Amino acid sequence: MTTVVLNRRNLLAAGGAVLTTGVSGLLLPARAEGLAPTPSMSGGANNYIKGAPTVDRIGKGGFWMSGTVRRAGDGAPLAGQRIQIWAHTTEGREHEPQSHGATLTDKNGAFRLEMPQIIPVFGQPHGHLAYDSGEFKTVFLRPVMRSAKETSLEAHFVLQPA
Amino acid sequence: MRLAKVTLIWAALAAAIGVPIAAAAASPLLAWRDPVYILAGFAGIIALGLVLVQPLLIGGYLPGLSAYRGRRTHHWIGGALVVAVAVHVGGLWITSPPDMIDALTFSSPTPFSPWGVIAMWAIFAVALLAALRRRWGLRARTWRIIHLPLAIVIVVGGVVHAMLIEGTMETISKAALCALVLAAAVKVMVDLRVWRRRKTLRGESVAR
Repeated sequence: MTTVVLNRRNLLAAGGAVLTTGVSGLLLPARAEGLAPTPSMSGGANNYIKGAPTVDRIGKGGFWMSGTVRRAGDGAPLAGQRIQIWAHTTEGREHEPQSHGATLTDKNGAFRLEMPQIIPVFGQPHGHLAYDSGEFKTVFLRPVMRSAKETSLEAHFVLQPA
Repeated sequence: MRLAKVTLIWAALAAAIGVPIAAAAASPLLAWRDPVYILAGFAGIIALGLVLVQPLLIGGYLPGLSAYRGRRTHHWIGGALVVAVAVHVGGLWITSPPDMIDALTFSSPTPFSPWGVIAMWAIFAVALLAALRRRWGLRARTWRIIHLPLAIVIVVGGVVHAMLIEGTMETISKAALCALVLAAAVKVMVDLRVWRRRKTLRGESVAR
């Protein structure tokens, strides 16, 4: 089942990337190597709470959410970007404040935040991430775990100027 | 029919529905869900079980029920199915409104949501038409032409919806229940040759 989901997601993401790249390639032939911005995923913003606090760890931890933040076009890593993370975990439901936290990207544009184990909710084990600091356009992601047994999940942002 | 066979059929039906419910009741996921969410989930499982009972009643496969009683029970179970689906959707709405709104507006990222929503509308449509059938004076054949495709949508939509969900249901008992739901629906359609033009169905009088 999950394979189907992932295939579908990958297909959609790949199709979207091809479309975006293709269109921008036509419009800006000089920047054919440009990295396309990540579009928000449907349902990504569900149970989002604005301004989750920056934390060292969400709850008691045990699960790792990681990823990268880069700039659209040249793909340069973006340091010091605030990424908000929330999910339905062993320590709370998606909308509850203790399930939310934020972290900053390092000089390589990478982020990594420990949080409680994600539990399947609404039929899929998934997490939520948001970039919403304003300097770049807001992006909401909703990555799905290949299996509910996994103890980590990745999500990658390519941001475009607001 | 011998008593042993009668007992066996009813026991098999009870197991087909009871085992998946019991297996879901043992799911570790329940520990991290609140009562409303748990209720919503089980309402969905019960709805799937009721979808198994419906073709069995109409096909006359359940011993001890006359054709008339079977049909009456089919009506009542249909009503119960509407209630179960309403509890399922209502409970999920309370649990996470944005996720339920996404599902109902077909903008959900989860591939199983549209199957469930389409099956839900088909269930509501059948129930509404069944309630209005007499008032509108729908003939048996007309009713069958309306009910049959909707029943197929309910069965296929419900089964795909359930199979794609990663939730409290245990995989094997869920797959078994889904297979039985499909088998029962196919069997009743074959046995009653629903695609043929017929004057009556199981001795149904023209007066209906």
